[in-house]
Amino acid sequence: MNFDRRRYLDRVKERERRSPLFKNCFFAFTFGGGICALGQLLLSLYLYAGLSERDAGTLVTVTLIFLSAVLTGVGAFDNVARVAGAGTLVPVTGFANAVVSPALDCKSEGLVMGVGAKIFAIAGPVLLFATLSGAVYGVVYYVVGLFL
Amino acid sequence: MFGAPLDYLFAFLVGGTVCLFAQLLIDLTKLTPARILVIYVVLGVFLGAVGLFEPLADFAGCGITVPLVGFGGNVARGVRESVSESGLIGALTGGLSAASGGTAAALCFGYLVALFCNARPKRP
Repeated sequence: MNFDRRRYLDRVKERERRSPLFKNCFFAFTFGGGICALGQLLLSLYLYAGLSERDAGTLVTVTLIFLSAVLTGVGAFDNVARVAGAGTLVPVTGFANAVVSPALDCKSEGLVMGVGAKIFAIAGPVLLFATLSGAVYGVVYYVVGLFL
Repeated sequence: MFGAPLDYLFAFLVGGTVCLFAQLLIDLTKLTPARILVIYVVLGVFLGAVGLFEPLADFAGCGITVPLVGFGGNVARGVRESVSESGLIGALTGGLSAASGGTAAALCFGYLVALFCNARPKRP
């Protein structure tokens, strides 16, 4: 068969496995919402235990990160994430998974330059842009404060 | 002990919606998950900077603080407090300090898990 480029691309598009948009969105919504509701439950429990609002919030994040790290370690996270899509990606669980997963994969490259470096593969950009935009905001906030 | 039932409803609905938007970005654009995480964090900083994050968090609780937007909102709050407290240097010190809990937890737990577990072959 002789294909020109255009027809080839059409053919690729035709054969591409389309991800079922509605189903994906439904699972993203329910899993994502569920994780946030779980966070809310943890928050209520920590507040009930007498922690300050800020400490309780931090501890919720830490707990969810711990759970995702363990689930990633035993290989269960990917199975959930395959169904949940953005539902597990966007909560801190996705951040934790993005830290642990490359670290695990690169264990064979060594514990310093393998795990130590690759642990930042996705966390690095997230931290960088959070810090960068935070610093920009800080400068703007400072300058605006000078004139108010 | 468990807080108000409405808090759970709002956390579920808002958190779910935040994730649904990300799913639309994944399915309808060519953005990779890593880029979406970065976009959400920066969005969180932006929401914090324009003063929308705190009201949203009061309303939706964990629905907005648990998604990565909350990480950005935290950074913005930390920067604002540090700048108010110690001036321009706070623009550099505030962000990472406010995000330190989650970051340190992810790094420490991540390293420990990598020590004790092994990678598994991925199913496609």
